[in-house]
Amino acid sequence: MLSIVETIWRVFTHAFRKRVTVLYPEEKPYLAPRYRGRIILSRDPDGGERCVACYLCAVVCPVDCIALHATEDEHGRRYPEFFRINFSRCIFCGFCEDACPTYAIQLTPDFEMSEFNRQNMVYEKEHLLISGPGKYPGYNFWNVSGVAIGGKDKGQAENEGRPVDVRSLLP
Amino acid sequence: MTSPYPIASILGILFASLTIAAGLIWLERRLLALWQDRYGPNRVGPFGLAQVIADAIKIFFKQDWVAPFADKPVFIIAPAIILVTVLLSFAVVPFAPGIVVSDPNIALLFFLGMSSLGAYSVVLAGWSSNNKYALLGSLRAAAQLLSYEVFMGLSVMGVVMLAGSFQLSEIVHAQRGLWFVVPQFLGFILFLIAGVAETRRLPFDLPEAESELVAGFHSEYSGMKFGMFFVGEYLGVTLISAMITVLFFGGWLGPVLPPVVWFLLKMFFFISFFILLRASLPRPRFDQLMSWAWKLLLPLALLNLIVTGAVVLLLA
Repeated sequence: MLSIVETIWRVFTHAFRKRVTVLYPEEKPYLAPRYRGRIILSRDPDGGERCVACYLCAVVCPVDCIALHATEDEHGRRYPEFFRINFSRCIFCGFCEDACPTYAIQLTPDFEMSEFNRQNMVYEKEHLLISGPGKYPGYNFWNVSGVAIGGKDKGQAENEGRPVDVRSLLP
Repeated sequence: MTSPYPIASILGILFASLTIAAGLIWLERRLLALWQDRYGPNRVGPFGLAQVIADAIKIFFKQDWVAPFADKPVFIIAPAIILVTVLLSFAVVPFAPGIVVSDPNIALLFFLGMSSLGAYSVVLAGWSSNNKYALLGSLRAAAQLLSYEVFMGLSVMGVVMLAGSFQLSEIVHAQRGLWFVVPQFLGFILFLIAGVAETRRLPFDLPEAESELVAGFHSEYSGMKFGMFFVGEYLGVTLISAMITVLFFGGWLGPVLPPVVWFLLKMFFFISFFILLRASLPRPRFDQLMSWAWKLLLPLALLNLIVTGAVVLLLA
């Protein structure tokens, strides 16, 4: 009997406690920097596209929401001809970010992507590309890779020695 | 004591009680939220008050569907019964001197009779739905309402003895010196418990019991027929709170403020208490409910009756 009265009293005291509800549109919750939200494509520090159209993100994507097609420019740099993410399928697992060898594809702390029209959930490359380097400010894939492209030969990348001359006997 | 303007009283009380019953939907959701550290409906209109209007519009525009296997006439009449009986009970509630529809000398008996009739609504609804869960709910309702009716009547007899009348305005006038909650504290507790059970509110909502019986007796109801059960339940809460105020807390009596304000203050206090009960207590098992009624509360009501009778005799 007394326990019932005590229960009623304890519930009543909750009237004077802080409410846990976050009043969302007025009061935004804190999102961690590594929150997995809207996917973007980042750029090099010098403004070029980071994506080399290797298809790894499209392959690893468990719901097949990424579609792209590779092409090359006149310097031999690979880049995607189109790059399309269907966000009505995307489950924001972040596998694409893990798979990306060039830090091009990144997930951002933004989830406010509601649309009235389902077709608007399909983002093309111009919607995905941002102007900056995202989470990796100084990184430029072409400057650290050994691939030769127009304007940069083998051995000219950062921290890279000259290629070994396999026909020479000298060490 | 009758009202000088009977039509105005009838329309006023009808309008006010229905408005309060509809507003209770909002009040209940806000208060439950407060006690559960949430906000509840706070978007539509100021403090979410227009939520009531939104809900009413929605429920009016829902399809008025009758299950093909239901017993149609009974199915349709069942929700009307609860609303009619509860609204009729409001006819005898004296809100303030002059604000009452009718003040017969058997008002309390009329109230008890009407709340017994209200049980038909639940029983017929469950029976005509032709659905096993609805039937189980109405079976429970029948047993629960019958057993709690018995000591509900007995628990207020102490008040009747002290006041010497069944007339509600007389009972209020008899509390000028001291509210009956002091000499009849046991009677008050018993009436409160019986009142919660009579309105089928949590923790005594076994006829509905969402977690066991889908929605109990009104499983098959939708649209405004369900709405009538809903409004009937909230009207019942208002009615029981009003009766507690009249019988045990001196009705409209109180200093400074106008009588009707005192009445409404006391009534809303008990309505909030009903909601607090809902927020805090779990539902008992059905056999526990029945054995409480017959083995504990009924003997207590009888004891209260005997002791009050003896004291009244000794003082006379």
